[in-house]
Amino acid sequence: MSKLSEDQAQRYWQRNRSLMFRLLSIWFVVSFGCGIVGVDLLNQVQIGGYKLGFWFAQQGSIFVFIALIFYYVFAMARLDREFGVEED
Amino acid sequence: MDLATTTYLVVGFTFLVYIGIAIAARAGDTREFYVAGGGVHPVANGMATAADWMSAASFISMAGLIGISYNGYGGSVFLMGWTGGYVILAMLLAPYLRKYGKFTVPEFIGDRYYSDTARVVAVICLILCSVTYVIGQMKGIGVAFSRFLETDYETGLYTGMVIVFFYAVLGGMKGITYTQIAQYVVLILAYTIPAIFISLQLTGNPIPQLGLGSTLTGSDTYLLDKLDQVLAETGFKEYTTSVRLSTLNMFAYTASLMIGTAGLPHVIIRFFTVPKVRDARKSAGWALVFIAILYTTAPAVAAMARLNIMQTIEPMPGQNMEIEQRPAWFRTWEQTGLLTIEDKNGDGRLQYVADPERNELVKLDNDILVLANPEIARLPNWIIALVAAGGLAAALSTAAGLLLAISSAISHDLLKSTFYPSISEQMELNASRGAMALAVFGAGYLGLNPPGFAAGTVALAFGLAAASIFPALMMGIFSTRVTREGAVAGMVVGLGVTLFYVFQHKGVMFVSDWRFLPGLGSNWFFGIEPNAFGCVGAVINFAVAFGVTAITGAPPDRVRALVQEIRVPAGTTAATALH
Repeated sequence: MSKLSEDQAQRYWQRNRSLMFRLLSIWFVVSFGCGIVGVDLLNQVQIGGYKLGFWFAQQGSIFVFIALIFYYVFAMARLDREFGVEED
Repeated sequence: MDLATTTYLVVGFTFLVYIGIAIAARAGDTREFYVAGGGVHPVANGMATAADWMSAASFISMAGLIGISYNGYGGSVFLMGWTGGYVILAMLLAPYLRKYGKFTVPEFIGDRYYSDTARVVAVICLILCSVTYVIGQMKGIGVAFSRFLETDYETGLYTGMVIVFFYAVLGGMKGITYTQIAQYVVLILAYTIPAIFISLQLTGNPIPQLGLGSTLTGSDTYLLDKLDQVLAETGFKEYTTSVRLSTLNMFAYTASLMIGTAGLPHVIIRFFTVPKVRDARKSAGWALVFIAILYTTAPAVAAMARLNIMQTIEPMPGQNMEIEQRPAWFRTWEQTGLLTIEDKNGDGRLQYVADPERNELVKLDNDILVLANPEIARLPNWIIALVAAGGLAAALSTAAGLLLAISSAISHDLLKSTFYPSISEQMELNASRGAMALAVFGAGYLGLNPPGFAAGTVALAFGLAAASIFPALMMGIFSTRVTREGAVAGMVVGLGVTLFYVFQHKGVMFVSDWRFLPGLGSNWFFGIEPNAFGCVGAVINFAVAFGVTAITGAPPDRVRALVQEIRVPAGTTAATALH
C-alpha cells in the first residue's frame, strides 16, 4: 500500500472536490432549477403527455440523480487508481 | 378463497420467511450485531437500504399525499427530496464515514470533535429523530393489521413487535440486513403490480412511468391533460402546475427533505456494512435505483388513482354517481373511516368539488389511493393480500433499522464509549441486545399510547436530522478546523431553532393548546411551513459552528490527521504517518 505525500493527498482531495462540485451543480440544476424555479418556463415544452417541467419534478430529476451517483463511482474509481489509493 | 384467508396466508408466509432468515443470520459478536460483520455486498446493501429507507409513509401515504393533499405538482417535494438526498449521501458522507470504519454515527462525531459532550449531544439528536420516526412505523403496523386482517389495533401491534423483536434482537444488523432484502422484494412487488394493472387499464401502457405521459385508452387525450381538465371543472387547481404554498416554500421543503435524508442515522449506518469505500459509493447508487422503482411509480399511481376516483364519481360532467349505486370499495373504506360521504344537497348523487361548502366527499384519506387501488382496479384477492404484506414489510423494515440505530447509540456510544469503557465484548453484545429489547418495548408502548403527535412526527425527524446531524458530519469531513465548541453549539442551536419553529406553529410536543407567540402568524419566516424548516436550521447550524470556531482554538493535530485519513480510501497519508 502506497503512502501519499501531503502534497499528493491534497491534490487527490482537490480533484475529488471539483468532481463533486460539478456533479452537485447538475444535481441542483435538474431538481431545484428544472423542477422548481424554472418549472413554468419548461412547462411550455411538451413531450408526449408530459409538460417538461412537471416531468423533471416527478420523474426526470430522479433518473439524473441515479446517473450522477454511478458516474461518481466510476470517476472516483479512476481517480483512486491514478493516485494508487484503490483498495484490495 | 375469501379475502381474509388469502391475506392471512400471504402475510403469514412473509412472516415465516423473516423468522427463517433471523434464525439463519444470528449475530455472534458486536461487529456482526452493529455492522453485519462488514461483509455485505454493495447491491445487497443497496436493496436493504431501500427497504430500510422506504417506510410505511412512502409505501402507504406518499401517492395519496401527491395525488390528493398536494394536488399533483406540489407533491414533487417528496419525490425530489426523498431521492436527491442520496446524491449528497453518496458524495459528501457515506464513503468517508465508511473509511472511518467504526460502528455508529455519534462515535464519529465524538472522535472527530474529540469530545464526550459532542458524542452525547449526537446521541440525543439521534434518539430524538429515531424515536419520533419509529412511532410512525409502529402505528403503521397496527393500522395495516387492523385494516387487512380485521384484528384490533393492539393485536396487530403486538404481533409486529414479536416479529421485530425476534429478528432484531437475535440477529442485530446481520439479521436486519437479510430480512430487509426479503422485505424489499415483498414491498416492491406489492407496489408495482397494482400500478402496472391500473396503467394498463387507463392507458394501455404496462409501464406506469410511461403510462403517466400517455393518452387514455380509446381517445387521443393525454391522461394528465384530462386530469387537469376534470379538476378544473370541479373547481380544483390544475394538477400539473399547482404549487405548494410558494416557489420558495417548495424549494425549502425539497432541500430540507434532501438534507434530512442524508443525515438520518439509520440510513447512514447501513453504509458501514459494506467491505470497502468503493462499495459505499456503489451501494448508494444501488439504493437509489431500488428506491427509484417505487418513487417513479408513485406519481403515476397518484395521478391515475385520482383520475379514477374523479371519474367514478362524475363519469360525464354533470352526471354524478348515484350514492345508492356506489361501488363496493366505497362501502368497504367507509367502514374504516378513511372515506366519508354526506349528501349535503339531498339529490341522492355524490358531488366531489373543491368548494368545502358543497363537497360531499367529506373525507378522502391519503392512504386510500394505495390501499384501495387494487379494489378500484378490480384486481384479484391475492394482489390485495400482497398490498397488505407490502405495507407491513415497509413498516417492519424501517422500524428494525431505527431500533438498531437507537440501541447501538445506547450500548455502544453511551455505555462502551462514554460511561463504562471497561465493558467486555460479550457484555457489550448482551447490553446491545438488552438495549434493543428495551427499544422494541419503548416503541411498542409509544405505538399503543401515541402521545397525540404521531402524525406530525415523521416530518419532524427530517427537520431534526437536517438541522443537527447532517451539518456536524459534513463539517467533520470537509473542514479540519471546526472545533468541538463549534460543533456542539451548532447542533444545539440548529436543533433548538427547528424545534422552536415547529412547536411555535403546532404546539409544544404537538399539543395544539401549547402553541405560543400566536402573534407571529403562520409560516411567518418567508412563508416557509414548519415541515420545510429543516434547511433553515441547517444553515443556522453551519453559521453558528463556524462563528464559534473562529473564537475558539484549533483542534488537536490528531483530529487533523483523522480527517485527512478518512478522505483517502486506502493507504495512509503522510500526515497520519507523523503520529
